[in-house]
Amino acid sequence: MEKEIKITINGEEKTLKAEPRLLLVHLIRENLNLTGTHIGCDTSNCGACTILLDGKSVKSCTILALQAHGKKITTVEGLATAEGLHPIQEGFKENHALHCGFCTPGMMLRAVELLQKNPNPTEEEIRWGISGNLCRCTGYNNIVKAVQYAGAKMRGEKLPSTEPIFV
Amino acid sequence: MIPAAFDYSAPSTLGEAFALLKRHGDEAKILAGGHSLIPMMKLRFASPGHIIDINNIPGLSYIKEEGTYVKIGAMTREVELEESDIIKKKYPIFIDASKLIADPQVRNMGTIGGNIAHGDAANDHPAVMLALRAEIVITAENGSRVVPIDEFFFGFYSTAVQPGEILTEIKIPLPGKGSGGAYHKLERKVGDYATAGVAVQLTMDKDTCTYAGVGLTNVNAIPLRASRSEGILKGKKITDALIEQAAQFAAEDCSPSADLRGDEEFKRAMVKALVKRVMHKAIERAK
Repeated sequence: MEKEIKITINGEEKTLKAEPRLLLVHLIRENLNLTGTHIGCDTSNCGACTILLDGKSVKSCTILALQAHGKKITTVEGLATAEGLHPIQEGFKENHALHCGFCTPGMMLRAVELLQKNPNPTEEEIRWGISGNLCRCTGYNNIVKAVQYAGAKMRGEKLPSTEPIFV
Repeated sequence: MIPAAFDYSAPSTLGEAFALLKRHGDEAKILAGGHSLIPMMKLRFASPGHIIDINNIPGLSYIKEEGTYVKIGAMTREVELEESDIIKKKYPIFIDASKLIADPQVRNMGTIGGNIAHGDAANDHPAVMLALRAEIVITAENGSRVVPIDEFFFGFYSTAVQPGEILTEIKIPLPGKGSGGAYHKLERKVGDYATAGVAVQLTMDKDTCTYAGVGLTNVNAIPLRASRSEGILKGKKITDALIEQAAQFAAEDCSPSADLRGDEEFKRAMVKALVKRVMHKAIERAK
């Protein structure tokens, strides 16, 4: 039995029909054709499906589409503006913070909320902050650098070096 | 990955929610944060016929000091507990637990009421509630009743919340002077359920313990109070030998199940180690 919902997705208002068991991640990927949000697991662990719901980073695979009625959703497709890439996207690009890119949209949206709440996080706070997002490729170090880079850019400070770290 | 089909309602008042619970009987299930329920539904371990989403009911999310209690609304999200000044000041044990629950995204949605009402001994809050001797407020159409935490858990996914009732508030006695608590859990990786988890709340009068609350996570079918451990500490001067004894009692009194997180012997050993560690932290905070 389908119900109607009204959502704002990346700034655009949309009215959609959804059956109760439709997961928000499926609404985004299939009904709205925004496939930047990924499904990486069956168990709400990986965080590849992370989006912003009324500004809070949440796992869209563990939320029903109907729960999003009346709310604002931001997906990775909504990060860049006419002026260019979002600082977090620039950070990921400049710091080689992705290989296959599968975890990247979720990582970036989590980082957006992280930096919004904590504009100058320590490395430890970043690592705890992204603990809900798994990456199988990068080993996380460059992701941390990307978040630090984005934070510096958003604070209007000098950008940290993008040179690789040799441990 | 996809739940079985179900019907869905999103009431705007508790009254509407009670009417829906009545109408749908055992097909009904309350949806709060959904981060215990929906994963189960996706794996088809649960297939309620009618979901009652209570996220739109106002007035169920709060943290306030009233009289001799801190009262927490059932719909308070984990992240709100983590960030609350009242909780940071009065119950660092809560901050310990909240930080170890799953991950930031889950904590944005998960609620303390849901964590307790789900009735899973693997959840982290029950052990903390035991250590704090919390009281659970359960509301029905005709009013509310208060259930002490020791009478709340009955079995696997089974709590004192009856059909037609909703858990609406958690009341925690205000900590006295010289009170301190801590929680820690051993996990295989960040965000995992506990291999073993220990919550300790103590009140100290100089070196003597006047109150002890010890709760254990995921080493028993229901959240377990380590009563013998509490008993040996209360009224005594705390020494390392006493803590060792208390830890030994806790390891003996729980019934962990062997699983991928470890066998029984390992889990008991971890309980013992954790009790010692957490007790020392609680004593430090009590001073």
